[in-house]
Amino acid sequence: MDADVDLFKAIGDATRRTILDELTERDGQTLFEICGRLAMKHGLALSRQAVSQHLAVLEQAGLVHTRRQGRYKFHHLDTSPLRSIVERWPIDREEPNP
Amino acid sequence: MIRINITSVLVDDQAKALAFYTEKLGFTKKTDVPAGGARWLTVVSPADPDGVELLLEPDGHPAAGPFKKALVDDGIPYTQFAVDDVYAEVERLKGLGVEFTQEATDLGPVVTAVLDDTCGNLIQIATLK
Repeated sequence: MDADVDLFKAIGDATRRTILDELTERDGQTLFEICGRLAMKHGLALSRQAVSQHLAVLEQAGLVHTRRQGRYKFHHLDTSPLRSIVERWPIDREEPNP
Repeated sequence: MIRINITSVLVDDQAKALAFYTEKLGFTKKTDVPAGGARWLTVVSPADPDGVELLLEPDGHPAAGPFKKALVDDGIPYTQFAVDDVYAEVERLKGLGVEFTQEATDLGPVVTAVLDDTCGNLIQIATLK
């Protein structure tokens, strides 16, 4: 059984990769901000429920953590699970072979 | 012809709201008269004193609390105000101790930020480019 199934499922979806891109640009966003960025910057008119479900998949894979601060909930990026990819298929060279 | 003369924001405390909306956000008080147990309390923009009034409406109705909380939980600003420069306004308001849940963000045609009005609401400020 593939131990990384959640990780590959999470990054196998274009919308979820876009969410990770936006969290890379600025870490710690509310659900509202993520929805706004997807709609305004990427033309992705998803329902809030749909974005919430994408975030749940990312959270399941350990790529997103949520943090409560007072009355607000922020979503944070955690790229550390991606390390398992290069550990599984090591990158030997910094430069590609000519 | 029908037109908008008042819009409302549901606040948990009218006195606190008046202080925040005038001293921090920069509105000026327009009308303040007793109305039952509460006040008919409105503010306007100094840039448009005869324009649309903002009514600081008490949120005592049982449905108001869960509604406001659900919006804040998801980070949703129900009310939006225009400013000349979101980046500058965020800096100014942060200097006054105002808390933001969204920093100034360039969304293409518009720059927005989201702040806490301390009365149970998130407010969006926006500059159209």
